[in-house]
Amino acid sequence: MSIFVTLFAISLNAILAENFILVKFLGICPFMGVSKKLDTSLGMGLAVIFVMALASAATWAVNEFLLVPLSLAYMQTVVFILVIAALVQFVEMFLQKALPALYQSLGIYLPLITTNCAVLGVALLNIQNGYTFLESVVYGITGGIGFTLAIVLFSSIRERLEDCDCPKAFKGFPLALIAAGLLALSFMGFSGFKVF
Amino acid sequence: MEKILYAIGVLGVLGAVFGGILAVASRIFAVKVDERLPKLTGALPGANCGGCGFAGCQAYAQAVLDGKAAIGLCAAGGAEAAKKMSEVMGVETAAVERKVAMVKCRGQHHLPKGRYEGIADCRAAMFVTGNGPTACPSGCLGFGTCETVCKFDAIHVVGGVARVDADKCTGCMQCVDVCPRKVIVPVTYDSDIVIACSNHQRGAYTRKFCDIGCVGCHLCEKQCDYDAIHVINNLATIDYSKCVSCGRCAAVCPRQLISDSNLRTDMDAVPAMHR
Repeated sequence: MSIFVTLFAISLNAILAENFILVKFLGICPFMGVSKKLDTSLGMGLAVIFVMALASAATWAVNEFLLVPLSLAYMQTVVFILVIAALVQFVEMFLQKALPALYQSLGIYLPLITTNCAVLGVALLNIQNGYTFLESVVYGITGGIGFTLAIVLFSSIRERLEDCDCPKAFKGFPLALIAAGLLALSFMGFSGFKVF
Repeated sequence: MEKILYAIGVLGVLGAVFGGILAVASRIFAVKVDERLPKLTGALPGANCGGCGFAGCQAYAQAVLDGKAAIGLCAAGGAEAAKKMSEVMGVETAAVERKVAMVKCRGQHHLPKGRYEGIADCRAAMFVTGNGPTACPSGCLGFGTCETVCKFDAIHVVGGVARVDADKCTGCMQCVDVCPRKVIVPVTYDSDIVIACSNHQRGAYTRKFCDIGCVGCHLCEKQCDYDAIHVINNLATIDYSKCVSCGRCAAVCPRQLISDSNLRTDMDAVPAMHR
């Protein structure tokens, strides 16, 4: 199997069949919290893509060159949290100086992502699945795209739900939770479909 | 034993290295923030109502700092915020006239045109039924879109008509912008004379659908010694630069439209709806 086929399979898997939010149920906090408006959820999604790609690369390197040689693989979780937190902090500072425009649009979401379990999840899954460096980075990016897809779909639904005439007990979060459940159910349709 | 030492060592070294990198980075990438900016932001109420025309309090503070905006645009913060901001910027305080929103309609005395059962939102009602479900083309629809946009709990629909609580109103004018019929207008807080109708129909026609709307009878205009009130396009209109608040027009109005009580009515004392 050529490398492109493998990468394509990983991408399709990360975006649809094993969508981080709707199938793996990782990163539910921003999914419910930042999905009230379409444009903010898009901003959040872009920030997640960015951080997940960087975190995949950094944690893969740390694991491969530090934890495995010292046979400290059982410390993955705590070390990855440290790496991701430091990385996000650094990126935030760098953006504020170098690209103020990007900082303005991503800035408020970046700290929110630091301890997001979708980001930690992608780092741990890379190791679990035994991905190479390139595969890890692609999995990180496409996992982020899957996150963006889910949150953008969901926020568009919620914007419409705002105006609907529903019983008072369902208004707001109850209805949003039901909608999230139905959306997750629809993504079940992709499961069981194996790419290559 | 060795393994524990390795674990402690790796985590400790990683932590120290990251800490060091971040410390250096914070120096290298330090962005100079004008120390006046947090002070300016602190002087503003922080409600992010958007009444000043900027994206939020922070954006307005930045614009003032850059000299792109004048001090005193913040209606919610009023004179106090303007004073604090002037001190920070080191300029003279400009007096700010307090403005509040006022609903130029006294309620659903006007007849309905048909039955509307759609989304309870004035903007939606205006779309569906072609200029709204009331026979009066300019009266308050009473679905409370203004109530939902108000961040200060200052406007409420009582008995089918929106009423402003002038003491709570900060003058951000979000309700003015959102009202699809433009029934809500800004007025000076101290106004003694206001006109609570925005109907421009002819008197004979107005009588058919509303028993408290302005009919353009010109009685107020004849009473006024200061040339301050005129019936323009079938609706009494006050020129506040000339008005001295003598109240003679209010006394003579056959429909009791002209009074400061329209601005400062006790919320409970609103006339009941009768269709």
